[in-house]
Amino acid sequence: MPHISLPEGFPGITGGFVFRPETAKPMRELAHVLLHGPSTLSPGERELIATYVSSRNDCYFCQTSHGAAAAAHMGKDWGLVDQVKRDFGRADISEKLKALLTIAGKVQLGGKHVTAEDVTRARELGASDTEIHDTVLIAAAFCMFNRYVDGLATWQPEDHAMYASMGEHLASEGYLAPSIKG
Amino acid sequence: MAHIKLPEGLPGIRGAMAFRPETARPLNDLVEVLLHGPNSLSPGERELIATYVSSENDCYYCQTIHGAIAAASLNGDEELVKKVKVDFMNADISEKLKALLAIAGKVQRGGKHVTTEDVARARELGATDVEIHDTVLIAAAFCMFNRYVDGLATAQPRDEAMYRERGKWIAREGYVNVSKEYLPATVNR
Repeated sequence: MPHISLPEGFPGITGGFVFRPETAKPMRELAHVLLHGPSTLSPGERELIATYVSSRNDCYFCQTSHGAAAAAHMGKDWGLVDQVKRDFGRADISEKLKALLTIAGKVQLGGKHVTAEDVTRARELGASDTEIHDTVLIAAAFCMFNRYVDGLATWQPEDHAMYASMGEHLASEGYLAPSIKG
Repeated sequence: MAHIKLPEGLPGIRGAMAFRPETARPLNDLVEVLLHGPNSLSPGERELIATYVSSENDCYYCQTIHGAIAAASLNGDEELVKKVKVDFMNADISEKLKALLAIAGKVQRGGKHVTTEDVARARELGATDVEIHDTVLIAAAFCMFNRYVDGLATAQPRDEAMYRERGKWIAREGYVNVSKEYLPATVNR
């Protein structure tokens, strides 16, 4: 049961969003810019970073919904999403994305873990300053979203079809409008 | 030196925000609602939560600027701010705020650390659901802000007078107003 009286029928972060629309608005906008807005990183790549960080933070709702969004962007390749969570070094993704996932993993541990060498490596593989910035901020933002979702003990149903449908919606519409109707 | 080429002369999060105004706008909107907007928790109490979490995350820039804003909101009481960072249980603050700081400290380590007992304790001391919600989200948000500031290795000058002056200014004007100083007008709604 959630720690506070959240509206029923809204899984994960959507319960917090309905409870407090004043904070939901900027949080939705932030996610939309980072994951769905114009970027030289594809939406699928950005969702993989979000999924990976959420997996490291052990947040079931976030890793499953963003994993579903990543899969929706990448031809329903759920196997790739699982592989990135488990061992991205062996996943069929670009070397540049692997270097960015390394940075994201360091940010998840704490900002000071990111080294000049991590950043140089990403840059050598073609990452731009904006891509490095956005990787750091996506990882940092999911350290917020994950803590918000688990810190309120939100309802997180194990319902594959629900997440698949949510992922399709997020992939096509982005984050500004609710993906769950009450 | 910062990991990426950030605009010069803007320490901490300001350089990163000026680098990417598209993300700066929702970040400023979020912190404005959480720390400066209407709330049954005072601005000083909310800034103490932000300062405490930033201290636990060892982010110099965030704990110093939010500590300065907290002090400015609490009659300039810098000693109280220091006490909350090192030992809030023995600080001269309400028992309710101590219970909320205990929750914030759990969120800093990870959301699942917050227990039903932590929340029941805060509620017995008078905390409302919105106050508990906002405490969790302030703590979570500073786990983002701290990582953003340190993850880019932003410039964080050791200049207490600078933080003290900005602290007074932000306490008075709020985050969105102050961000106009370093954000292009086109993203200021």
